[in-house]
Amino acid sequence: MITESKNGKTSESKRRKERLDRGIKARADTIFALTSYREALYLLFPRALVVVGMLLVPLVLDTYWTKVVVITCVIGILALSWDFIASAGMFSLGQALFFGLGGYIAGILNHYLGWPPVMTIPVAAVAGGICSALLLLPVLRLRGIYFAMVTFILPLIGAKIIEATGLLGGIAGLSALTPLPNLWVAVYLIIIALIVCLFGFRRVMDTDYGLVLKGMMDNDQAVMASSINIYWYKAQTLFMAASAAAFAGAFMTHYYRFVGIPVFAMDYTILPVASTVVGGVGGFAGAVLGSFILVPLCEALRAIGSWRIVFYSFLMVLFVVVMPEGIFHYMARKYHQFERWVTTE
Amino acid sequence: MGNAYILEVKNVTKDFGGVRALHDVSFCLREGEFLGVIGPNGSGKSTLVNSITGFVKPTSGSVVFRGKDITGKRPYTISRLGIGRTFQMAKAYHHLPAFKNVIIPLCSKRVGTFKGGRYGERDDIALDLLEEVGFERDSSIPYKLANSLPHGYLKRLELARCLALRSEIVILDELFSGMSMSEVASTLPIVEKLKTEGRTVIMIEHRLKELFRVVNKIVVLNFGMKIAEGSPEEVMEREAVRSAYLGSEE
Repeated sequence: MITESKNGKTSESKRRKERLDRGIKARADTIFALTSYREALYLLFPRALVVVGMLLVPLVLDTYWTKVVVITCVIGILALSWDFIASAGMFSLGQALFFGLGGYIAGILNHYLGWPPVMTIPVAAVAGGICSALLLLPVLRLRGIYFAMVTFILPLIGAKIIEATGLLGGIAGLSALTPLPNLWVAVYLIIIALIVCLFGFRRVMDTDYGLVLKGMMDNDQAVMASSINIYWYKAQTLFMAASAAAFAGAFMTHYYRFVGIPVFAMDYTILPVASTVVGGVGGFAGAVLGSFILVPLCEALRAIGSWRIVFYSFLMVLFVVVMPEGIFHYMARKYHQFERWVTTE
Repeated sequence: MGNAYILEVKNVTKDFGGVRALHDVSFCLREGEFLGVIGPNGSGKSTLVNSITGFVKPTSGSVVFRGKDITGKRPYTISRLGIGRTFQMAKAYHHLPAFKNVIIPLCSKRVGTFKGGRYGERDDIALDLLEEVGFERDSSIPYKLANSLPHGYLKRLELARCLALRSEIVILDELFSGMSMSEVASTLPIVEKLKTEGRTVIMIEHRLKELFRVVNKIVVLNFGMKIAEGSPEEVMEREAVRSAYLGSEE
């Protein structure tokens, strides 16, 4: 089925590049017509590549790079969480809030109550999600940059409150917390969490429920006219996204055996957003791809010393300028389309 | 039940800053009535619709639906109670295919709780609704992204989304504006069908010829005030209406 063909060159040219969708796509983007195992494999291959690749990665890397993978996955989960909120029309700059809440809840449960990580991490994920949704409940009516401003400020307030009151260890934070058994457990826990988030969020967006979220992004007035309480939907979205981020925060608390003010740092906000933009906003795979490019790149550039940030920033600008749609969307397009030169009269 | 009115708009006034968009507008509607609201540009027609459906909160006055005060309630609450609307500027979900646009109202509590997953029965209901408003079912049009549809289709998509809610009162805000003659001709029967189904309809329209074919009653607004109310014939006889529309003959 031909759905798109664009001019590859200017109009006076006799040849043009024709782009054809592969026959597998039927009618709409989400409706496929599978007629053979080959076609099933065609769809399965990229997904399997991601899962198998991620599960194999710690087996071939040394300890240092395995630790980089752990951080990458944490940023990846935060990026997925950001992308999920964004696909419901909320532009957040506060992933650090979700991350920090999860981290502190796990830290408190472990430090004061002596709960083991197997309990603190899930509880912190759920409780962090609920707290984040409740905190943002009064500002769900804000849109665009106003919502972004509030989410940006909240983690900074969190850090300042702890600093000013000296509660929860104050500036020193809570340390000597229960560690995770070993690096293998840590890396596989976070990799599996990333995979679950990736495919879970994708699945949610593919259902009719996800359709309502996409509708809110496009046009929230029309959703309200459809007798749907958008604030309730937004709160649910925040809960899901914040739970994922809080899980990452709780994980890091036990991974570092420490939780302190740095969990509210802007790094945990900016890096996920940058990853998603580089990888491609929407569809979640871009968010993961982006973090798997940016975080290891940042590590690899350590070799060049103080020029690192300059190069790093330059590369980020380059990605955005050359591929504004995001690397993932570019790759997906290439995978799903034939291209050929045809002559025209 | 002594009160036979389904909708009562009582002394509704709306100020935007220093501008009075609606001034003391009142009218009542019986079940099954077909009301046309007309008036020159800027006369407050859309503000009236927004006041009834909760998109703006009236400065004073009240809106009563089936004896229940709904003034200033949230738009989704009012819509859930049974007042559906279309928007003058078609508000499509541009990144979604046309039929997915119609699935969103089908997800609301008014229509039913969540049932069926992604290839669920909602797809079929949505395609039926689109067919009803003239999206050819066997063509690729229902599957096209809303941002690639021509304006006339977007307006009818708007109508389909409103029909999906099966509202008791249907408010059509300039449905025909920007439609071609043939599109109007094919959409008019859908509107007439609403009438034969006995649904209460409020229709805001500039195309008076089409409007007068379906309405029982007309309310005329000018500068935010109601200047006339009655059957189409008697309203158009009035001097005030003629001068508002055509300019007075001195």
